[in-house]
This record gives sequence, structure tokens and C-alpha cells, in this order.
Amino acid sequence: MLFLIIKRILLGLITLFIVSLITFVGTEILPGDACTTYLERQAFGEQLEACYRRLGLNVPAYERYVSWAVNAIQGDFGYSLSGEMPIKEVLGPRIKNSLVLASAAIFIGIPIALILGIVTALWRDKLPDVAISTVTIFAMTIPEFISATLLILIIAIWLEWLPGIVIVPTDVSFLELLPNIILPVIAIAMIMTAHMARMVRSSVIQVMASEYVQMAILKGVPYWKMVFKHVLPNALLPAINVVALTIAWLLGGVVVTEVVFNYPGLGRLVIESISNRDLPTVQALAIILASIYVSINLLADLMTLMLNPRLKTLQIRK
Amino acid sequence: MKLDNIYQEEKKSNFAKVSEIIITMASRPSGFIGLSILIFHVILAFISPYIAPYDFKAINPTLMLQAPSAEYWFGTDDLGRDVFTRTILGGRTALTITFFGSLIALLWGGLLGIFCGLVGGKTDDIVMRIVDAFLSIPWILAMLLIVSLLGTSTEVLIPALGFFYGKGIVRVARAATHDVIAKDFIVSARARGHSNFSIIWNEIIPNVRDAILVEGAMRWSWMLLGFSSLSFLGFGVSPPTPDWGLMISNARGLMSFAYWSVIAPIVGLSSLIIGINLTADAFAKALGIDRSTKAPV
Repeated sequence: MLFLIIKRILLGLITLFIVSLITFVGTEILPGDACTTYLERQAFGEQLEACYRRLGLNVPAYERYVSWAVNAIQGDFGYSLSGEMPIKEVLGPRIKNSLVLASAAIFIGIPIALILGIVTALWRDKLPDVAISTVTIFAMTIPEFISATLLILIIAIWLEWLPGIVIVPTDVSFLELLPNIILPVIAIAMIMTAHMARMVRSSVIQVMASEYVQMAILKGVPYWKMVFKHVLPNALLPAINVVALTIAWLLGGVVVTEVVFNYPGLGRLVIESISNRDLPTVQALAIILASIYVSINLLADLMTLMLNPRLKTLQIRK
Repeated sequence: MKLDNIYQEEKKSNFAKVSEIIITMASRPSGFIGLSILIFHVILAFISPYIAPYDFKAINPTLMLQAPSAEYWFGTDDLGRDVFTRTILGGRTALTITFFGSLIALLWGGLLGIFCGLVGGKTDDIVMRIVDAFLSIPWILAMLLIVSLLGTSTEVLIPALGFFYGKGIVRVARAATHDVIAKDFIVSARARGHSNFSIIWNEIIPNVRDAILVEGAMRWSWMLLGFSSLSFLGFGVSPPTPDWGLMISNARGLMSFAYWSVIAPIVGLSSLIIGINLTADAFAKALGIDRSTKAPV
């Protein structure tokens, strides 16, 4: 068991190492560098050389990679080019803001997804299932920027219930912030909930069709007791992994949603730093987002391992 | 008699097989709706340049933000351009780029996945680590990097999208290959001394084709989503090309008093994505593959 956990963590670290290589190479071959962007028309001769020296761009690429990686492991991502601020300080509040958004969406989304998934599975092909499944397909497939735009159009502009974009600074009190983030949270939660509800549904249906559930029915176990005691615990276990992947996938969707609602989170920073050619920030963002992805997956893997004795032996055999 | 039947089964032409699958797909309401929407969009993409009532880039300051009327069915946008014209033309670029992009994704992802599943060992380990690394970079960040690196011309976007969305197919193809690799017919093909290439071509591909095709169909809708998100964020096709993502992002600021110019492209893009999704789902069901347990990687 311990061996397995260590192996998973090692694999995750290797993945992150490759991600850092990919982003480093990717940003390295991007046309134009920090200095040409920063100096604009004055980018030649003395000034350019001075800038290269100041930012340490005059040493070979692999040396820069090594020093960057060593610093990054210690949490130091260097300086952002646009604000001349340490990236650490730029990232801090952004991460906090995105976390508020994401965790609100997760806390709302997961219970709703569970209920919807179970209801649609138990009433399979009946009216509740058909109705809910249709809605989830819509919620799932429509791009984030469309659902967000529609939410703004209907709730903020036509009904005037809530503000359409986040206008207050995010360090105001929670009650002041709340009406501003309701719409973005709904926009994010909608897609996530739809995905999870569908997975829970098919997982429950699979278990309901299994032999031991049929046996329980034959033995005359009361329906709801069977559902809660025999079906759900087994059906929800495989869902953990998929939920983790959905959350991780959401990292991309959050970017778009944050832009639509003008919310100062990590997502908007991604767009800003790429349009400003702020390569150090792009690198830092890539590695941070990838670490979130890898750790969520790792966590889900470990949770499934702990909760499922069968999988444990299976893995060891492999 | 019985042998004869088996023989008949084998001899069914490709055309018959395909039409059988399409009939199965269309026999479910959701599949029928999906197929109809998709076919509608494809036909529209082909004929829209000929039926468009106005020039998509004709700017007319006297006609700014007109409400829908008999003359301008969906109204006009902030530059006085006809929204109906731009909407029916808006899917062409996206549909073409993502269709060929998915084909490329299918090809390289499928072949690499099968190859990795077959050879296993060190090669497989290394390739899968790299694929995992690419999977863990959020798609939007990677797409933005690719686009700012290579630009947004069609010749660049098709292979870029194809490469980027193929990485998920590698996993699916590899898993499907693992499922068949232990079967007797592979073992006997090896025993007969067939080469890896021959085993892949004659034994594995026919058996994993369905799973990979379904995955490719799904990728198509995600690629479309990614492509329009890029346009929406201002990193995709450049104006004045009519494109739904771009149109939505332009019209968004004015939607408090000109909602029509944002509704039309929203309907266009949403219906196409839903159409592709329903079709892919029906396709999966017609082939007997359950897709709903898969995560959107």
C-alpha cells in the first residue's frame, strides 16, 4: 500500500517535470521575448543587451531552465514583466479568488449532481429521467461563454436581479461580494453538475443491473434500503475518479468564465499574461495549474484505493 | 446451412454496415435530432455563401444596431452588418477546421495509442508520461500558447488542434488495444509470425476502430468548443471573418439594447455543438459503447 502511494506520487512528480519542460520550451520558442515586448520600438543595441543582462536572458536556455526550476520548487517564480512585481505576490490573491469561485461551485454542484444522478438512474427512461437528462445534455455541451453570456443577459440585464460583472474589489466583506459572484458560480457549477450527474447516473444503473442487487431484490430487501445500503456505496466509488477529472477539466472552463464576468482570478491572469507576452507568469501559471490537476487526480486515486479493498489487491497484482 | 449464414454475415458490404449504423442511430429520438441538426449545419455550411442575402463585411453606419425586421431578419450589428448573413456564414470556418482537426487527432492519436498498447514496455512508459503531462496542462492555456506561437491561420490551426486533441485519443486507443491484445487471435497471429504492422492493420484496428471513432466524434465537439472559446477570447480567427465566437464576444457589450446580435450566433453555435454531441452519443450507442462514464479529458 505504502509502495503504491509512493509510486503514484513519483509518477505525478515526473509528469510535472515534463510539464515544466514543455512550457519552458513552448515559451522559449514564442516569437519575441520579454525584452522586445518590454522595450517595444527601442529594442536594439545597448538597451536590448542591458535588458537581457538584467533579466538574465543572456545565458543559454538550459542554464536558465535549471535556475528557474530550482527557484520554482522553492515557490519563487521570478518577476512578472508587466507589473515588475514578484510573481508570487501577483499569484497569491488570484489563487484565493479562483479558489473561492471553484469551491463554491463544487460545494453547490456535488450534492445536486448526486441527487440528480440518483434520481435519473432510479427512474430510468421515465419522465424525471428524460426531463433531467435533456437539461443536463444542454448544460454540459453549451460552451461556458455562452451560458455565462445568457445568464448575464437574462438575470442581470432583463430581470436586473444581480450584477452582471464583478465590479467590487474582491477583498470586501463576504456579504458585499456574494451577489457579485452568484452568477459566475452558477455558470461554473452548471457544467460541472451536468457532467457529474451523468456519470453518477450510469454508475448507479450499472450497479442496479448487477447480480447481487438482483439477489437482494429476490430476497425481498425493501427497495429504499437496498438503494442506500447496497447500491449507492458501490455506485459512488468509481465516481470519485471521474469527479476529480471533471474538476480538473474545469480549470480550463474557469478561465473563460472569469473573463466573461471580469473576475480577477487565475483564469483572467492566464489571458492577461499571454496577451502581454509575460512569459515568466505564463510558465508559473502552467506549472501551478498542472500541479493542481496532478494533485486532484492523485488524491482521487488514493481515495479510491483506500475505499476499495478489491482495487488494492488488483493493483498490487499488476 | 449454418456455415452459409456466417458467410453471408461476413460479406456484408461496408456501405450496408454504415447505413445500418445510421438507421440505428436515427431510430432513437435523441439520435434523430442530433443527426438532423448536424446534417442541417453541414448543408448550411456548403450553401451559405450562395444564399447569404448581404455581404458579410459590408459596413453601413446608417444601419447600426437595427432591430430584426423583414429586411434584416436577425437585425444588424454595431457596424451595420447583417446578422443573418454573418450567422449562417459563421459556422463554416469552425466546422471545417475542427472536422479536419479531428481527423488528424484520430489518426495520430489512434495509431500511437495502438502502437503503445501493442509494444508496451519502456516505449509505452515514456510516451504515456508525455501524454499525461500534456493532459495535465489546462486545454485553454495550451491552446493560447499554440495560437500565440503559430498564429491563427487555417493551415496552422488544423494540425495544432489535431495534435492537441489527439493526446486523449492515445489513452483510449491504448486501453482498447489492451482489451484485445490478450485474445487468442492476436496470439495466433504472432505464432504465425506476422509482423507488428500486419497485426496492427489486420487484427487490432478492426477491433478497436469503434472505440476510437466514438472518441473522435466526441473530440470533434470539444474541439469546436475550444476553437470557439479561442475566438471568443480574441485569440481565434480575426475580424471581419464571420465566426460565432467572435460575433458573441463583439455583441456581448451591447446586448443590453441589441440582444438580437448576440442571440443569433449563440443559437448557431449551441445547436451545432449539441447536434455533434447527440450524434456522437447515438453513434456510441449504435456501436454498443457506453460513453457516459468517461470523463471529459
